[in-house]
Amino acid sequence: MTPRLWILAASLFLAASLVVGALVGPVHIGLVDALQSAAARIPFLHVRTPLSPADEAILWDIRIPRVVLGALVGAMLATAGASYQGVFRNPLADPYLLGVAAGAGLGATLAVVYLRSIDFQNALPPAAFVGGAVAVVAAYAIGRSAGTGSGGATLVLAGVTVAAFFTAVQTFVQQQHSDTIQEVYSWILGRLPSSGWRDVVILLPYVVVALAGILLHRRLLDVLSVGDEEATSLGVNVGRVRLAVVLCATVGTAAAVAVSGLIGFVGIIVPHAIRLVAGPSYRLLLPLSILVGGGFLVLADVIARTALSPAELPIGVVTAFFGAPFFAVVLRTSRRMAA
Amino acid sequence: MSRLLTALLALLVVVPVAASGSQAAPAAVPHRIVSLSPTATESLFAIGAGPQVVAVDNQSDYPKQAPHTSLSGFTPNVEAIAGYKPDLVVASYDPNGLVATLRRLGIRVLVQDAATNLDGAYAQILALGRVTGHLPRATRLVASMKRQIAALVTKSTPRARGLTVFHELGPDLYTVTSSTFVGRVYSLFGLKNIADAADTAGSGGYPKLSAEYVVSQSPDIVVLADINCCAQSAKTVAARPGWSSVAAVKTGTIVRIDDSIASRWGPRIVNFVRAIAGALAHLRR
Repeated sequence: MTPRLWILAASLFLAASLVVGALVGPVHIGLVDALQSAAARIPFLHVRTPLSPADEAILWDIRIPRVVLGALVGAMLATAGASYQGVFRNPLADPYLLGVAAGAGLGATLAVVYLRSIDFQNALPPAAFVGGAVAVVAAYAIGRSAGTGSGGATLVLAGVTVAAFFTAVQTFVQQQHSDTIQEVYSWILGRLPSSGWRDVVILLPYVVVALAGILLHRRLLDVLSVGDEEATSLGVNVGRVRLAVVLCATVGTAAAVAVSGLIGFVGIIVPHAIRLVAGPSYRLLLPLSILVGGGFLVLADVIARTALSPAELPIGVVTAFFGAPFFAVVLRTSRRMAA
Repeated sequence: MSRLLTALLALLVVVPVAASGSQAAPAAVPHRIVSLSPTATESLFAIGAGPQVVAVDNQSDYPKQAPHTSLSGFTPNVEAIAGYKPDLVVASYDPNGLVATLRRLGIRVLVQDAATNLDGAYAQILALGRVTGHLPRATRLVASMKRQIAALVTKSTPRARGLTVFHELGPDLYTVTSSTFVGRVYSLFGLKNIADAADTAGSGGYPKLSAEYVVSQSPDIVVLADINCCAQSAKTVAARPGWSSVAAVKTGTIVRIDDSIASRWGPRIVNFVRAIAGALAHLRR
């Protein structure tokens, strides 16, 4: 298939996921009713919505914002994962590699524990964002001080170190306040909040800027895949490209994590699935990751919302449940290809 | 034959004596009690055993005069507990073999895990009374709780007919079904709990409902048990997307209940029942 066809197919997948996401939920809203309700929102069309005010609110204030949020988070995590794998030439790299998850987890825990008297729902996203950013900056500083080279391996090790430390502090704080376990865990397991359009508006600028920044480097990521020395001899400033891509991916991931909690595996399985079927070129991989990642997370959330309806599953459970077996297959295949 | 008869006769005599003996001389009344259970702490003070309590865990925040410490009931440190030289430890969990370890140190342990219904809660208060030497007062307390709850329920049940309730444990919509202790309180009134549709085996009675389901069910009463943990209020609930159409929001029937009252099964359960009765009176005024 040509790249253009791949993009078309992935766009259709995303569109189909969005439609499924908007139509499927614990409350039944039919396709025709939903379309009429949408038409009623277009001015001068004079269509009246067939839905009750409650169903209108469910469709437009609860379900559709959550679907859009899922698409943004999924696109961001998948693309960030793909770019991390590119700049570190490490197939196991995921968006949380440099400690952003551990840092955001600590930030979120501190917000839940120490800001209980105010509405911590509002304080949690900025706290998680700051925590994630601090962790990655710390990892970068440690990695730089240890010297660069060997494809960013020192940076990865610094990330692991920082993540371990932040996780330890997070666990300690949580142990001291065991009554907050429920709120903290609900964030750690990952969930798309039903918070209306507010979180979409908060997240959108970060995701747009981060994705644009990453896409601008898609050709350079292809060059980078041949190795640091070769890329340097081709005139690429490897360190600068790595820093720019990591910066974009991290800011976007921190923003996504701040709203949705720690949703695992999207950043690993989506890029790898795309590599398997459409090839490894970042010029195609990155746009496809945006489209497929968004669609994948929307579908995962449909399962999270409906599998135990009217109860909900944490979405992180869904992505890992389907992600882990898939990842095992990817590992087997890639080992066989290497052998 | 006669030897057998003698033995039987001896048994007949000895058994009642042994039985009455164990009643006449109970184990010594404890004077250094450590409570690792917030519910037990409340009950101990309510039955007059407060002066015998030397330490309570970090979750025991009621009553104020309880000897608060940093002891943890979730991740207990046996040395720290033993350091208070207790002659009785009351716990609601038994993590990491806590009970066996304490008993090995010669400390009496009473485990009172979460009651699943009111009778279980009453039995625990009576058991505490028996162990601490305050049985008469515990009996009076239980009788008074029963009387108050019965009066509130009798008065309010006609008002509750056909009404639905949603009990919120957190703003992420974790809730309780009718199979839990709190859920049974709503059943007393005959209220229909909207979470019962989600009462699968896996939820353990505490499912997380989806927002669109709660809005579509439009419960008549919303009970907020997350006013302390999560600063929720009638205002924050009304401001949630889609919730303005919920019946309880329209009628202002949003009950605020102290998180700790609604998560324990002690004497203050009467306050909880009274709050629900108050909401029903408000609705049917």
